[in-house]
This record gives sequence, C-alpha cells and structure tokens, in this order.
Amino acid sequence: MNKFSAEDALRPRFTAAHKALALRGFVIAGVALLAAAVGFGFVAGVAQGVGYAAAVGGVVLAGLTGACCLLAAFVIRFAALVGRVLLTLALPIFLGGVVGIVVLAWIPALLYERVDGIKADHPGAAVSVAQFEAALTGNAAAARGPAYLAALALWPLQFQLTRDVLAVVGVVGFVSLVAMFGIWWERKVAGRMQSRLGPMRVGGWHGWAQSLADGLKLLQKEDIFIAGADRALFRLAPYVAFIPAMCLFIALPFSAAWVARDLEVGLIFIFAMLGVGVLGVLLAGWASNNKWSMLGAMREACQMISYEIPLGFALLVPIMTLGTLRLTAIGEAQSGGFHTWLAFANPFTFIAAIVFFVATLASCKRAPFDLPEAESELVAGYLTEYSGFRWALFFFAEYAEMFAVAALASVLFFGAWYSPLPASWGAAWADGPLWQRAVHGVLYSGPIWFVLKGFFFFFVQLWLRWTLPRIRLDQVMYACVQVLLPLTMVALLGNTLWLWLVRPGAWLAVAVNLILTAIGGLTVVAMAAIVLYGYLNRRRLVGTMAVDPLPGG
Amino acid sequence: MRGKRVSGAERNRQGMEDKLLQGRPDVLVEVDRDRAGGGLRTEEMLVNMGPQHPSTHGVLRLMLRIDGELVLECTPHIGYLHRCAEKIGENVTPVQFIPITDRLDYLAAMINNHGYSLAVEKLLGMEVPERGRYIRVIMSELNRIASHLVSFGAYGLDMGAFTPFVYAFREREYILDLFEQVCGARLTYSYLSIGGATQDLPEGFPERLAQFLDYFEPKIAEYNNLLSFNQIFVKRTAGVGVISAADAIAWGLTGPCLRGSGVKWDLRKCVPYDIYDRFEFDIPVGLPGGVGGAPREAVVGDSWNRYYVRILEMQQSVRILRQCLQQLPSGDFRAKVPRVLKLPAKETYLEVEGGRGQVGYLVVGDGKAVPRRVKIRGPSFCNLSIASHVCRNVLIADIAAIIGSIDVVMGEVDR
Repeated sequence: MNKFSAEDALRPRFTAAHKALALRGFVIAGVALLAAAVGFGFVAGVAQGVGYAAAVGGVVLAGLTGACCLLAAFVIRFAALVGRVLLTLALPIFLGGVVGIVVLAWIPALLYERVDGIKADHPGAAVSVAQFEAALTGNAAAARGPAYLAALALWPLQFQLTRDVLAVVGVVGFVSLVAMFGIWWERKVAGRMQSRLGPMRVGGWHGWAQSLADGLKLLQKEDIFIAGADRALFRLAPYVAFIPAMCLFIALPFSAAWVARDLEVGLIFIFAMLGVGVLGVLLAGWASNNKWSMLGAMREACQMISYEIPLGFALLVPIMTLGTLRLTAIGEAQSGGFHTWLAFANPFTFIAAIVFFVATLASCKRAPFDLPEAESELVAGYLTEYSGFRWALFFFAEYAEMFAVAALASVLFFGAWYSPLPASWGAAWADGPLWQRAVHGVLYSGPIWFVLKGFFFFFVQLWLRWTLPRIRLDQVMYACVQVLLPLTMVALLGNTLWLWLVRPGAWLAVAVNLILTAIGGLTVVAMAAIVLYGYLNRRRLVGTMAVDPLPGG
Repeated sequence: MRGKRVSGAERNRQGMEDKLLQGRPDVLVEVDRDRAGGGLRTEEMLVNMGPQHPSTHGVLRLMLRIDGELVLECTPHIGYLHRCAEKIGENVTPVQFIPITDRLDYLAAMINNHGYSLAVEKLLGMEVPERGRYIRVIMSELNRIASHLVSFGAYGLDMGAFTPFVYAFREREYILDLFEQVCGARLTYSYLSIGGATQDLPEGFPERLAQFLDYFEPKIAEYNNLLSFNQIFVKRTAGVGVISAADAIAWGLTGPCLRGSGVKWDLRKCVPYDIYDRFEFDIPVGLPGGVGGAPREAVVGDSWNRYYVRILEMQQSVRILRQCLQQLPSGDFRAKVPRVLKLPAKETYLEVEGGRGQVGYLVVGDGKAVPRRVKIRGPSFCNLSIASHVCRNVLIADIAAIIGSIDVVMGEVDR
C-alpha cells in the first residue's frame, strides 16, 4: 500500500534534473535580458520624449531582471558556497550593507559633481575620454595609467541615459536596502523598548539576515486568490502601492548634485506620489472580497482626505518662505548649519514642521494612525487576504514611504543634506591640507547627513509606533480637521506676518532674534534638566528594570 | 447555458443571509437614512467578528450589523469552547474534578480551585488548617494579579499598544515562576484541593514572594505612566461603553465590571469567605471624571474605569499578600482527607471573588463519592451578556474597547 514515511517527507522536492533545468533557464534568460537591455540602450540613444522614457525603462527592467537571473543561476550553481559565505561573513556583509546605504548615496554625488565640472569646462556636445583624463590629471599629455581608467569609467556619466539608468538602479537598490534594514531595525527597536532582544538567530550577529530570510520565505509561499476576488485588481494593487513609493525617491535630493530628477515642482510631485499610493490600498481593500479589507480601505480613504489638507497647508509654509517648489533650492536655503534650518526660522515654521511630521505619520499608516490595518479591530485591514510576495510588496512600499517622508521632513525643515554644524566653522578646513579636507568631507558630507537625518526621523516613527495606542477613526478626522488644520492656518498666517514684519534689517528683527535666542537657550537648559531629572529618578519614575535579578527565577 | 452572473460580494451576502439569519429578513435591510440632511443612501452589512479574530480574546464570535463604521447591533455567539465541564463534574469525584476547574477561567486557575474546594468542604463540613487557608489566599491573590496583568496587557493590545502587553507578561512570568515552584505547573495548577493545598510551600517561598512584591509594586506606576493616563488611551476608553450601576446589577455583572460601574461590592469584603475578614484592604470602584486621579473624560461605568479598577485591585492584592506573609502560620497545610469522600445528600452553593467576578459552585451530593449535580456560575458569561446592550451605536473600534474592558475568558463562558 501507499504508506507514508518520514523519508518521503524529507526527500528533497527538487531533483538534480530540476536544478540543471533551472540553472540553464536562468543563464539563458539572464544573457538574453542583458542583451535586450543593451538594445534598449541603443534605442534610448536616438529616441525622444516618451520613447526615451520607455527605452530607459526597458534598459532598467531588462538589465535588472537579467542581472537577477544571473544571480539566481549563480546561487543555484554554488548554493553550498553561497550559504557558507553568507554565514561566515555575516557581520562584514551586514556592516557592508549599512555602509553601502551611505556610500550608494555618496559616491555618485561626488562623481556627478566631478563630471559636471569637467563638462562645464569643455563646452560641446560630448567630452572625449582624453579631455576627461586631462581634467583629472591636470595635464593634457598624461601617460595612460590609472587616470586613463578613471576617465574611461567617468566618460559615460556625461550622458543623460547613463545617469538615468544609474539613478533608477540606485533608487531601486537604495529602497530595497532601506526597506530591509528598516524592517530589521524596527524589530530590534521594538525589542529593546519591550525589554526583549528582537531577532537574534538568522545570520548570526543580532539576526541581521532576518529580513532576507523573511523575504525568501514570502517568495516561496503559495499564491492565494480568494474566491470571488477581483483577480485583476487584486494582482494590480501591490504594484499601485509600491511603484509610487519608489517614485518618491526620484525627486528626493540626497545632495545638491545627487538627485535623480531635480524637478521644478519636486514638492508637488512627492505630494502627488504620496496620494497615488493610497490608491493601491483602496484597490487592495476592494478587490479582496473581504469585509474587513473593505473597511480598511474605507478607513484609508477617510484618513487620506483628513490628513492631506493639513499636510498641504504645512507644505505651504516653506514654499511661501523660500518661494520655490524645487527641493534642491529649499535645501540650499538651509545650508548654513542648524540655525538656518527652516524649522527654527520662526515659531510658525516650527509649528508647520510638527504638523507636517504628524500628517506624514498618517500618510504612512504608522501608529497612532495605523487604522487601515488596525490589527485588533480589522484583523489586518486591507492586507487581510494578502500573503506571500504581494504582501511583502505592500510592506516594502510602507517602509520606503516611511523613509521618504522622514527624509522629506529633513529636506523641508531640518537642513536637508547639510550638516547641523555651522558652515562657517568648517569653511577654513575645506581648503586646508588633505587630512583637514577629509575630516571636513565627512562632517559636512551631504548624503551622509541626509541618510542620518532620514533614519533619525524614521526612528522617531518607530518610537511612536511602539509607545502609543491607536486613535479611533473619528478622532483622526477630528485631530486632522479641527486641530491640525487650524494650527497650520495659524502657522501660515503667522509666517506671513513674520516674513513681512521681521525681514532682515527691520528693527523688530533684532529684538525678536534676542528673544528667540533666549527662549532657545532656556529650552535647551530645561530639556537638559528634564533628562537629568528623569535619569536620576528613573527608579521612582518607571520602577526597577528587568535587568534586576528575577525573584524566584 | 450560464445563468445570471452573481458577483462575489453578492454571493457572499446571500450565503450569509441564508446561513446566519435563518430567514430573519428584518436584520439585513437596505436603509435610506437621512443623515446630516444629505439623504445619503447607505447599505448595512453583516460582519462576523470572530471566532478567529485578534481582539475577541479566544473563540468569541460577535455578529455585527454595521453601517460603515457604525455598529448598529452586536450579537455575541458562544459555545465554541464548550467542554461539558459540569457534566464531567457529575461523573468524577471532587478531587478528580479539580483539574477541570483549572480549565474554566484558565487565567485564574487557583481561584477556581479555591472556590470549588470551599464549596465541597462546606458540603462536607470540613475544617481546613490555618496554614492551608493562608496558602490558599496567597495563591488566589497572586493569581488575581497574574490574571489582571493579562487583562491589562491584552487591553493595551486591543487599543493598538503592543508594548504594555510585553511588560505585563514580563511580570506575570515571575508569578508563573512562583507557581511553578509550588506545584510544577504554570497555567493549570490543581494546587489548591479539597482540604487545603496539595503540597506545602517550598523552602524560601515567602522570601521570594516578598521579593516579587517589592519588585512589582513600583511597576504599577509604570503601567499608569505608559497606558492608563495616556491621552490617546483615555480618549479611546473614557466615556465609551458606559454601564450604569442599575444596568450592571440588572444584568448580573460582577467583579471589576460591577465595581467599575461604581457599585462597592466585593465578596472578599462584603460576604467574607475563608479568612478574608482578617485583612485590611479597600474595594476600588469606578471614578467620575476628575476625581481621585481619574481623567476629566472618565464616566463611572465606562471602559476606562473597568480597566482602572483592575489596576487598583492589583495594588490591593499586593496589600493582602503582604499581610498574608506577616501572618503566615506554621502547621499543617492540609486537613486529613479520607481516601473516599462520601458527599452527604445535601445541596450547597458558594461563590468566591474570581479574577473576572463571582465564581459560583453548586454541588449537590446524594451519599456517593460522585456529586449528583455540579453547576458553575462563570462570571464572564454574565458579564458578556451585557455586550449586546452596550455595543450599540458605537464604532467598530469601540467594540474592541468594550469587549476588552469586560475581559471575558471563553473557557469560563462556555464551560
């Protein structure tokens, strides 16, 4: 008879033949796709307008999928080796990833600046490799050495096509890294706040590979469709949520030079993309044929029309102050150090900054505004029927959006990519000897500060998530329309009056500056005193901590 | 030929009508409400909340009739955890029935043991030695703290705050460690039995208990800082699901639900059983807004007060435990219990103050070792009965707030 045995269960489901087939398939597909990417590149070289955009999309899509196919083939062929390497080099890979996030943002910025400088010195259609080499060495007749190789590597960067492809690849890579790191970090932060450890197993050091393992697990899950679900919309919804979240990063300036598209209307573009992402949630809720999902979608719609108004009004304050929608221009205006940050320009911009942050919490569906997926009320809200990689896409979108709005908060109100250190302090070192320039480069580097500030606000989002209960739907609407909206209107009006009355040179400006300095100083002293008081009285305030020996343990 | 195409939602609705409503056409109606003068046409929807739902605390099933987010009607359906506990009681001896009482209110198993033992002892006219009585009170009060901790943590979870839950379980863990030391079990103890406790307290137990109390008491302030007086939490719970004192009594509510409505009734104080008359403690009751540290928004009988009464009760339990430790006598922990207990042909009913209210045991003997009838009053069952009365014209989010504050344990509801 057909008797079940443990051996059957343990026998690998994929045989050597499967493996060989998959290997061959991935190699062929990878090579073909890479060839297609090159083809698209040629098309992009001659195409204009929409054709150009489509061809760039083709290059990126075919190139990325091709690369992934080859990577998959490599993993299949050298599975044992890959596993061993991952396990033994866990820590370096993890730290490399963290450093990679920063470097990914930093290196291209430096390269772009360099290339743009060289192009500016050589007016003309295209700059030759020789001209690059000359610019790099300062000598037209340089010997062919490392400089030649550097020039060869930099040469393609002068073309828009190369830059676009690099930008898209960079955005996709950066978003993936941020989402994976963000998910792992959230779990660690939650663990620390709840006196536990969080992920500790996968990968070795502090469970660094947890997100990776989760992603692989989700990829293998069964593709479930609900009876009566609208299949087309059900499939479409995760992409409608995910793609706008990616698009946010296209307009986000990592530094003055490193921005994929420095749009004239960057702020509006980001605002629009935040709004489009909501559509994915609505589609998901509707297509799932589940009442909880639909309630979640309804809540999201309800929440969106509440938070978008104060969010828009809060954005008006920096727009009015600086008179531009271009994000790089908004950043440039705050280049002088923390005292030039817009949030500290006057009390009304500070109010706007706070309102903006609260409204973005709602736009990312983060606690205390996580109503659309409120677990204790709606099971999982719009995500109820999603599983596997579709679900993961929603998650990716959420974390990408979280970082994007955190970064946007820093661009608009907290000095963008500029160091909080006053620029005048470092001015002397910028032209000093090499070591001084190196220190200056790190302390005043745009992308590093941009990523750090982004992650700081990201952390604040996590912090709130693991501290606060959830608000009720009517309270969200009340808070947004009755509290935040009047507050932003006050901020807008106050900011207008301020700009008019306290313009530089006005007599009021001196007095106001003195008062503000006094208030700021007192605040700093008071905060330090509160922190010190809390630390000294921590036992009385929160009781003993779990590190004490457990009674009866 | 294919018939008329029916959409998934339509099919779902029809199926639900057929299966759930059993031909009650009045439940699902398309209404045309004139809301806010808009004449907005809305459609009511039936939603099953449970039996598998994160905030129904087990296998409670609530059938909600909702209009958008507004809950018009909430009908609890029970019976998913029915295990014939009372029938088992008629087939086994009282000592054998003790493990079944563990599984009624599984979060306060010690108190169930305590109550059933007291009922059987009353029937038998048995005297329990002093030490045994103190052990019973210590275990009951410790278990009350553990039970209220779960209630506190799970209520935070219902309100969307995950962290208080983990804190509550961290402290509960220590209590479970203490229980493990006395009886080896961490959830279903069967430690208190007919005649006293099954074993004496292990060596060093009073010291460890005192250590735990010193550790635990400041934690309550931490909970209050984190959750009880959190503005969002207060806004979510204060004034939500108000049960008047008259309603609470009429529906037979007991325990923190009754006291939350302002009725100063606690069996330990009002009808003292065992040795509870020897201890000094207060009965916390629901507070009106702005009184005794209650937030402005609070109303006597609302969800916040039901929640806060539990927090205050933990403090009172700590007080009782400290007095127990001071008075703990030495001696026998258990009376001499004959191998076969013949239950006299009498009827006895006894109630104790459990984690969720008054746990009552009716035991009828007829001269045999096995009772003729065992009936259990599960407080959660009575407390839950008010749900359909309170959960009316509230938002879906309030359902979690109200059901969570009533704090039912389905093992006790279904028995």
